[in-house]
Amino acid sequence: MCGQDGSLDPEITTMEKIPILRMGPFLLVTIQVDLYDRLALNLENDLVSTIHKTGAKGILIDISALSIVDSFMGRILSNIASMSRLMDAGTVVVGMQPAVAITLVELGLTLHGVYTALNIEKGMELLQQQFTLPVSGQEDDIPQDE
Amino acid sequence: MNLINQTKLITAASELVRNILNYAKTGKIIMEIVSINARQGVKLTFADEGPGIENLEAALQDGYSTGSGMGVGLPGARRLVNEFSIQSTPGQGTTIILIHWQNGR
Repeated sequence: MCGQDGSLDPEITTMEKIPILRMGPFLLVTIQVDLYDRLALNLENDLVSTIHKTGAKGILIDISALSIVDSFMGRILSNIASMSRLMDAGTVVVGMQPAVAITLVELGLTLHGVYTALNIEKGMELLQQQFTLPVSGQEDDIPQDE
Repeated sequence: MNLINQTKLITAASELVRNILNYAKTGKIIMEIVSINARQGVKLTFADEGPGIENLEAALQDGYSTGSGMGVGLPGARRLVNEFSIQSTPGQGTTIILIHWQNGR
């Protein structure tokens, strides 16, 4: 039951997957079930391949239903953010419960590269600002070919 | 116990159970309600007969991991709860006791 990557799974016979929805240039994932380890790792893989297939510019992960986020889950979120960044997409986690936020700080987990927003609307605004619009002023640093 | 304290306790427990399963494979968890000087709380004991912890002082530092983890499980759990004690003998096993009071203090 204990995988080489440190994953732990209940006995499962069905192939459960977290659905990934498309919203224009973004992907939306809502986590509503207890995210056991293999499910979390499958989600990582599915998100990366979906970004690759669709060219999505950002991922919104809705964790409003999660009442516990431990270091394993924190690492999943960080991994998703890092992998998507490598593929030129951003990750915004939305809906973090207050008790979870307080606990994450005391746990000492810094979710590197993970942006957060209060809700899906604000999360989408953040993605649009950060990851889809060209950064103005960048042209100044690039030598012009005449 | 309010939601914040429940969350802290359960998150700490999640870290320690994960450690047992990753390192020792099996272990024992005992849950008790305790009452000391009119304070009520939950006491959790995590006991395994696994490899034990070679360098306890290092293990209690953030960022230290002998596995593939992030190294926040032990020091993090300690920060999250009110009382934390750990005893470990390499080759014999590890026992960790947590107590979290009802009011979180």
